[in-house]
Amino acid sequence: MSENNIICHDNLVYDKTRVMTDKVLHYCPGCGHGTAHRILAEAIDELGIQGETIGVAPVGCSVLAYYYFDVDMQEAAHGRAPAVATGIRRVMPEKYVFTYQGDGDLAAIGTAETIHACNRGENILIVFINNGIYGMTGGQMAPTTLPGMKSSTSPRGRDTSTMGNPLKMTELVAQLPGTYFVTRQAVHAPANVRKAKRAIKKALDYQKLNKGTCFVEIVSNCPSGWKMTPTQSNKWMEENMFPFYPLGDIKVPEK
Amino acid sequence: MKELRLMKGNEALAEAAIRAGADAYFGYPITPQSEVIEYLMREDPARRTGMQVLQAESEIAAINMVYGAAACGKKAITSSSSPGISLKMEGISYIAGAELPCVVVNVVRGGPGLGTIQPSQSDYFQAVKGGGHGDYKLIVLAPATVQESVDFVKLAFELAFKYRNPVMILSDGIIGQMMEKVELFEQQPRSTHEYEWATVGKKEGRDSVIVTSLQLQSEEQEKVNLRLQAKYREVEKNEVRFETYECEDAEYLFAAFGSCARITRKAMEMARARGIRVGLIRPQTLYPFPYDDIRRLSEKVKGILTVEMNAGQMIEDVRLAVCGETPVEHFGRFGGMIPSPDEILEALEQKIIGG
Ligand SMILES: Cc1ncc(C[n+]2csc(CCOP(=O)(O)OP(=O)(O)O)c2C)c(N)n1
Ligand code: SF4
Repeated sequence: MSENNIICHDNLVYDKTRVMTDKVLHYCPGCGHGTAHRILAEAIDELGIQGETIGVAPVGCSVLAYYYFDVDMQEAAHGRAPAVATGIRRVMPEKYVFTYQGDGDLAAIGTAETIHACNRGENILIVFINNGIYGMTGGQMAPTTLPGMKSSTSPRGRDTSTMGNPLKMTELVAQLPGTYFVTRQAVHAPANVRKAKRAIKKALDYQKLNKGTCFVEIVSNCPSGWKMTPTQSNKWMEENMFPFYPLGDIKVPEK
Repeated sequence: MKELRLMKGNEALAEAAIRAGADAYFGYPITPQSEVIEYLMREDPARRTGMQVLQAESEIAAINMVYGAAACGKKAITSSSSPGISLKMEGISYIAGAELPCVVVNVVRGGPGLGTIQPSQSDYFQAVKGGGHGDYKLIVLAPATVQESVDFVKLAFELAFKYRNPVMILSDGIIGQMMEKVELFEQQPRSTHEYEWATVGKKEGRDSVIVTSLQLQSEEQEKVNLRLQAKYREVEKNEVRFETYECEDAEYLFAAFGSCARITRKAMEMARARGIRVGLIRPQTLYPFPYDDIRRLSEKVKGILTVEMNAGQMIEDVRLAVCGETPVEHFGRFGGMIPSPDEILEALEQKIIGG
């Protein structure tokens, strides 16, 4: 069999989704952002809603997300993505609207916008990348940084008596009547990637029901900020992040 | 249909927003402008035109909702008063940077800080000299009557879309709270056009639309700045608006804007009754500012008195206009105090005529 016979449509097991552009991702090697982007793009593709989707990028490492998703996108100020998404969805009620935000963006400077968008039950999808650190600005402490975890602004480890406790935003928004579907996922291993993608696809699809906010947290790694190799960072995440931020659905639509 | 009504300034402005065809209003209550959102909630414009009204959790959220709606090519408006406008400044800078159209109303109260709920003009600098970060300009309209607060809403949307730039209506607590007869303009259509710069969902065969104010390459950011500056020069060329009163034979000149210009006009009439030939220029656009017109008028007068409800802000632009060739002095009351025509006349006599 020649090479040309092998490379044919019937044998195709994986293809890049057309909802991602050909731009080279700027993320560090091994970073979870890239995989999270891909599954969100694939979900949009598979639902056939590329032309109906409007995304909102945050300020953080994923500030340039609008270069990678081939959908119409807006860049929000730091933390304000849920308010921007609210403005979009209120005047474009037929569209699918998502925000993609890091933990500093969503759970520190944008706490009010996040909670109130969820509390109003805005019909948007919030994708929350929790890597326990400020990646973009060079590894400072985030609201989700674990107790004792080192960062450039908690060089001796997060001391909860003076630096506060890690904030479990996802559990918090799950309590609000405005949220419809709340789940916590990961993208560090193939099984998790598949599960996370199913969750995102469901969450996007729910939007047409107008039943409230869908909130998908992805516990992720930041090899550069954590000062680890990608492999070490995934192991560290499993051993330290997952016990504190357990994976799984937190709020599912009532049957 | 045009319609005559007796209305409170804030309520008339809210009605004008509906009639201007606004697609959405996002706001947060603050005195002395809460009647805007109260009127809109009572009136429920979704019923009349489909306009969306939402009480946000903060002024920060409200201006970012405006950003989101404006970036879809919709007519979005927000209103607040001074402390709330300070909070909106982050969002306003992003809107200016992303070149989005929107209308922001500031019913000014006295400051700094929480200040007073009484009327003031102390946000002039904030409105015309930036307010937020970065090199940008707002188009600033200063109504002096309830009628103008109505007409300027329509004009503000027209200018905002013409230049894809935020427009501020710089009103104050007097105009917001007083009742006057107004003629309401006819219902205008909401925005249904799919602008090529707006995020409306990617169409087959076109690139996706990106609305952003971020440029990581300095060369690109400089290009943005140059484009903005070119736009501002156009605005300066085309959009200067002002009124003059009794300037033909004037020996002296008052310069005042907004509600203060009305009081100053009274002082002008009193002065004329005493044989003092004084005129008045009232800028209706504070940016673009009528520099050339003030300079032209200044050549015929012995001195100019700016009258403002602040410690002297517009005076800096009047001085720039005359380049030191005509004496310019300021008279103001502030902290919510309103100058009386007598005080203004006295100031003219002491600071300009006797000075
Ligand atoms: C108003 C404002 N404050 C601070 C910053 C600087 N800043 C940029 S990104 C960031 C934190 C991002 O961290 P996170 O949201 O966790 O995303 P990550 O980079 O880890 O993906 C900060 C503080 C900013 N851009 N704007
Ligand atoms: S700094 Fe961290 S979050 Fe940012 S791209 Fe690198 S690894 Fe990813």
